Amino acid sequence: MVGNQVERQKILDIRNLRIELKGRRERLAVVDGVSLSVSQGETLGIVGESGCGKSVLSLSMLGLLPKAMEINGGEIWYGEREDEAQPLHLLKPKELRKIRGREVAMVFQDPMSSLNNSLTIGYQVTEGLRLHLGYSRQEAAAQAIELFRKVGLARPEKLLKEYPHQLSGGMRQRVMIAIAIACNPGLLIADEPTTALDVTIQAQILEVMRQIRDQDGTSIVLISHDLGLIAEMCDRIAVMYAGRIVEEGSVADIFDRPRHPYTIGLLNSIPSPSHKGHRLHSIPGAVPALHERSVGCNFAPRCQYAMECCRIEQPKLSPVGFGHTTSCFLVVEEGVRKGDNRNTADRAEGTGEVLYETSVAAEGTGAASR
Amino acid sequence: MNYYARRLVTLFLTVLFVVVLTFTAFRIIPGNPALAILGTEASNEQIALLEAKLGTDRPLLVQFGHWLGNAALLDFGESLRFSEPVLKLIVSRVPVTLSLALLALVISVCTAVPLGILAAKSHGKKWDALISIGTQFGLAIPSFWMGIILILVFGLTLRWFSVSSYVPWSESPILALKSIVLPAVALAIPQIAVIVRYLRTTMLEQLNLDYVRTARSKGLSERSIQYIHVLKNALLPVITIVGINFGELLAGSLVIEQVFTLPGFGSLLITAIGNRDYPLVQGLVLLIAVTVIIINFIVDLSYRWLDPKIRLK
Ligand SMILES: Nc1ncnc2c1ncn2[C@@H]1O[C@H](COP(=O)(O)OP(=O)(O)OP(=O)(O)O)[C@@H](O)[C@H]1O
Ligand code: SF4
Ligand SMILES: [Mg+2]
Repeated sequence: MVGNQVERQKILDIRNLRIELKGRRERLAVVDGVSLSVSQGETLGIVGESGCGKSVLSLSMLGLLPKAMEINGGEIWYGEREDEAQPLHLLKPKELRKIRGREVAMVFQDPMSSLNNSLTIGYQVTEGLRLHLGYSRQEAAAQAIELFRKVGLARPEKLLKEYPHQLSGGMRQRVMIAIAIACNPGLLIADEPTTALDVTIQAQILEVMRQIRDQDGTSIVLISHDLGLIAEMCDRIAVMYAGRIVEEGSVADIFDRPRHPYTIGLLNSIPSPSHKGHRLHSIPGAVPALHERSVGCNFAPRCQYAMECCRIEQPKLSPVGFGHTTSCFLVVEEGVRKGDNRNTADRAEGTGEVLYETSVAAEGTGAASR
Repeated sequence: MNYYARRLVTLFLTVLFVVVLTFTAFRIIPGNPALAILGTEASNEQIALLEAKLGTDRPLLVQFGHWLGNAALLDFGESLRFSEPVLKLIVSRVPVTLSLALLALVISVCTAVPLGILAAKSHGKKWDALISIGTQFGLAIPSFWMGIILILVFGLTLRWFSVSSYVPWSESPILALKSIVLPAVALAIPQIAVIVRYLRTTMLEQLNLDYVRTARSKGLSERSIQYIHVLKNALLPVITIVGINFGELLAGSLVIEQVFTLPGFGSLLITAIGNRDYPLVQGLVLLIAVTVIIINFIVDLSYRWLDPKIRLK
């Protein structure tokens, strides 16, 4: 965690978090030794393929893990100031409820099912205000109208009395955001907030989130499997694979100097103008299921560089630059030097062209784009 | 055609169907009203004379048309057995049966909803198990038997309630209430069991839905999630069940009135059937059918009111 010592106050600090399935004989870890932190006003992106534990990780930050799971090691600290940091992993349900919606709020993936169909939009937005801030009905309604304006919802007064099914997906997601930011939380967690929406709406929702971040200084954790979307919004990116963070760094680190073969694979699967016309690269294979995860590097079965040691031992997250860490034997053992050469070479050329192919050698897209 | 017009047409057709059914059914089963009135010693002439007077010698279709025409004007004829207008007889019994069924309904809903919530809340724990055993019994025990047990325990042993002395509402509401509490409880018990199980299942289903997670993420207490967010969604199917079961409740009250010797529709209907008192039977059946149909209609309306999705259409 050397690289994360930023001057700004950490609002969220997760240390070596381990989340396991309950009541099994073998200990199956859904999240396995994750350390992450988010600074005040910062936007952290978490990327990774489906099933790698992003949602579970985000739910743990609210103490909302599914019944079948429990935290089995590690810490989650939250606090807008250092002296009032609270250990979320230790709090009692009652104390957690004071934080949920008030300090840490969440926007979920599917706006179609995440709202209650039998309660009015107005009720659902004002609920948190009345609970956490003690607003009266009228005060809360007035505030809700403000919130609707803020997230760009038209005819806010009317909306109060409407029901979710009367709104489109994009409008509902705006409502979800309005609910989340109602009490002006310090941290907003958005778990795939745009995945269920079509592309133009996606851009609008992102714009709303960007505005909130800029106006209110809210810290954001944005979860997605879409690196492109993350790049647009985030300051820092954590790449997650099979319950572990495999690489973490600034947007520039991840996009210009990716080190982990998985990160490189993800980057190569983004459709981009420079790749236009070429066959899109995708990482062969799939995220191993919980019981298939091994003692070694979980990416080994899909990694073209997998070595003997990769299957025996788990690579540690190690610094490869300022604020840039990765967990791969290739990088640690021989790649650091190699990678450094590459970086200097990149910079010297000054092309700005992203050369993921250097690492992937003559494979796949690399060959195709030549 | 709009929804309500369509509903009204089906409503009317259902009533007509019920009427035709009872009219024919009671004429197909053996038995002769004239014979029932005059006794087995009556001569053939006497019977023929009475049949002519009653109109039962005319062709079925004519009788039916005649009856239907009058019924449309709320004239259900005169009871053969009691020689009184059917309508008057029925109206005199309405308070007993109606209050019994309504009280049973109130008791069942007021007990079942909290129990169902409790069972769902303590899913897999002690209370859930106890309630589940209780509902098993409630479902298995027939209400007339439950009625007899209640009479034995509360009426004869503990003497909390008067048994077999019905006091009309007009005379003393308190005594009237006392005389229908036990039968209402007996009627309510199987209903409670059904509603509790239904509510428990729907609430547990609802608790797994995404909107509950959203509600939790707002910091709401489990209490307000259950009572506000989940209950409103879970009540929807429960209301349907309650409505559908109201017919069953009426049918049950016909039986339970016999156990408690209450002078309601039950005793009237059984006397009427025994005496082949066609006008009275038909009048009663028509009234019960119409009541059930109207209740279902009300359920439908409340369903539309509760579910905003349906309300708009
Ligand atoms: N309620 C649950 N009970 C048991 N296992 C679960 C539960 N929810 C998720 N899992 C398992 O936990 C792992 C991580 O799931 P998670 O939903 O966090 O993935 P994700 O990265 O969010 O994927 P996606 O991109 O599809 O949302 C998966 O293997 C999944 O099967
Ligand atoms: S540690 Fe080994 S298997 Fe894992 S990503 Fe690096 S090279 Fe591949
Ligand atoms: Mg997810």
